[in-house]
Amino acid sequence: MLRLFLKTLKTGVITERQKRPKDSELERLGIVVKRHIDKHFSGSLAIREIDAGSCNGCELEIHALNNPFYDVERFGIHFVASPRHADVLLVTGPVSRHMQTALLRTYEATPNPKWVIAVGDCAACGGEFGVSYACCGAVSNVIPVDVVIPGCPPTPDALLQGLLGLMKKRCNYSAYFYQRE
Amino acid sequence: MSEFESDWRQSLLALLENAAINVRIAGAAIEQWHISAEDWQRFAELAKQQRLRWAAGWAEHLGSDFVVNACFEKQGRYLWLKTTLTADNLELPSQAGLYPAASRSERHSQDMFGVNFAGHPDSRPWTRHKAWNKHQYPLRKDFPLPGEPEKQTPPDIDYNFIKARGSGVYEIPVGPVHAGIIEPGHFRFQAVGETVLHLEERLGYVHKGIEKLAEGRSPEALTKLAGRISGDSTVAHSWAACRAMELAAGLAIPPRAGFIRALLCERERIANHLGDIGAICNDVGFAFAQMQFSRLRELWQRSQAETFGHRLLMDSIVPGGVNTNLSDEHCALMQQEIQALRAELDELLPALDLNSSLEDRLLTTGFLSTQTAELFGCLGYVGRASGQDFDVRRDAPYPPYDHLAFKAAVETQGDVASRLWIRVKEIFAAIKLIEQILQQLPGGDIIAPWRRPPEHSEGLAMIEGWRGEIITYVRFADDNRVSRFYARDPSLLNWPALERIVLNNIVPDFPVCNKSVNGSYSGHDL
Ligand code: SF4
Repeated sequence: MLRLFLKTLKTGVITERQKRPKDSELERLGIVVKRHIDKHFSGSLAIREIDAGSCNGCELEIHALNNPFYDVERFGIHFVASPRHADVLLVTGPVSRHMQTALLRTYEATPNPKWVIAVGDCAACGGEFGVSYACCGAVSNVIPVDVVIPGCPPTPDALLQGLLGLMKKRCNYSAYFYQRE
Repeated sequence: MSEFESDWRQSLLALLENAAINVRIAGAAIEQWHISAEDWQRFAELAKQQRLRWAAGWAEHLGSDFVVNACFEKQGRYLWLKTTLTADNLELPSQAGLYPAASRSERHSQDMFGVNFAGHPDSRPWTRHKAWNKHQYPLRKDFPLPGEPEKQTPPDIDYNFIKARGSGVYEIPVGPVHAGIIEPGHFRFQAVGETVLHLEERLGYVHKGIEKLAEGRSPEALTKLAGRISGDSTVAHSWAACRAMELAAGLAIPPRAGFIRALLCERERIANHLGDIGAICNDVGFAFAQMQFSRLRELWQRSQAETFGHRLLMDSIVPGGVNTNLSDEHCALMQQEIQALRAELDELLPALDLNSSLEDRLLTTGFLSTQTAELFGCLGYVGRASGQDFDVRRDAPYPPYDHLAFKAAVETQGDVASRLWIRVKEIFAAIKLIEQILQQLPGGDIIAPWRRPPEHSEGLAMIEGWRGEIITYVRFADDNRVSRFYARDPSLLNWPALERIVLNNIVPDFPVCNKSVNGSYSGHDL
């Protein structure tokens, strides 16, 4: 046990000790995200991640959001186990046809208001896979998409920026989002 | 080939002669043994007598015929078995009854080509759900890539799952959408109380038609696609695809390129093992390890972005070599990075080792016996934690591993703890390999100009990715375009073992059992 404490003490809070300029940028970004979340969701944004045919590269980077460098939970953003608890669906992959119905059902199970973020080049436009007998291509070919975060896979920084994009969009178009309910 | 290695080959040939099975042997690096279709199963019987491992199987639509391939291995020597079927009689006796490892592969060829494996113990579809009809076969040449899909592909509801009955038996269906951030697949548990009586996997949800998409691609475009078979194995798969194409084209890559490829591959191995060690601990509630190891993984990925321009090292390997060079400065930095990682691990590992509650949860959990691992042909850390002493880098070395020395860790303990500690040992072995690579890194070019492959030339390559042996097959048409591509991810052979691993464990331990195997869904479904 002592070992754990010692290692924890020695490691320190790496989340705040971000020396690289990129990280300070990130910190600023995170704070902006937090403000927007506070405004609309009482400080909490629940995300349900759906792999709709990804190569798993996108999932690795989404996972990284939870590591102590990015620690996305400090901004009130957390990943939930059920679409019924979610505000946002984070969808990856070129929507394999075998996942099409599952994706639609997950979308339907998510309560309104809800937003969809298409993560990665595959989700954005079909990427390397496109439309075929096995894939539907872009997520927007299957369900309405609000924000697109391109990249193969997008970096954790890009993912955070994308979340910010969603927040901004919602502020500017709040009328639009209430209409959609 | 040493005398010892050739032993089984001679005895197998003798057995075949006794059984009056005709073999036509061709090919150089890996011998191709052509037999007639009716001998397909009897060959497997004799191969099994000689304790050959079934390693891969795939089919091909070639002109008006169909060629079915199987690849076997023993003592680092591969045997490539082939038979030709005519379109009017697409049937051959199944090898899956003898080699359970061949089961899903044969079902895949049945769904994709319409090859009928007579006597297969399980004739249900596997890769095909409802995206195409029963009598359509996407990998036949007359099937167009876009297919004729319905606007909405219906769910695969009539798959005939095995049922268990009895007092107190209940069924738990899970997936394809899971609770965590993981890939989709369906698991059907039969349980009594907390104990798992039976598990059946239903995969194929992330089938993206990669084999079909590969057809007609240039070597560069195929490499990009191969790098997206499984995001965590992007280096290993693009290496395997490039090596298969280079073998087909008869192209030797510059020595420096080989060393850099191995460096990338060992880095990928370390990155994934770091992530997995943390995640396994997290699945039994030990968040300390998850935080520490995800921290190490992040540092590792950041330096990859700096040195190679991509956090996961995607698209670094190209036909003929690599597209990213290493400066002396980079090498020096990497030396330091390795020292730092060693120091971190020296601090962290005792904390894992001495943690009795961790031991309590991982020891004896998810046991895979040596016999079952052999039966399913398990690979990589899953196989090596259950006595399968095989590593392509050591047993069938390809450049630069023929110049490097390392020890492959093997245990027979076969539980989650063993699959965790084997990963630790593999990290240290990879660190030593990286040190050797940095020391011996030859100068010169990092890429050889591409050479147009001869018409219809084929290449078969084996690469030890972080999950284990990858086998990739490529055939070219006459215009430098790919006419057939198949990649056998190690997951294809490790997934079925999970169905056995969880038996008699409690349902809540399924996540940690699953994580300890960490099969790729995408690599399995292709
Ligand atoms: S965008 Fe790239 S990393 Fe993400 S799923 Fe597609 S191929 Fe994989």
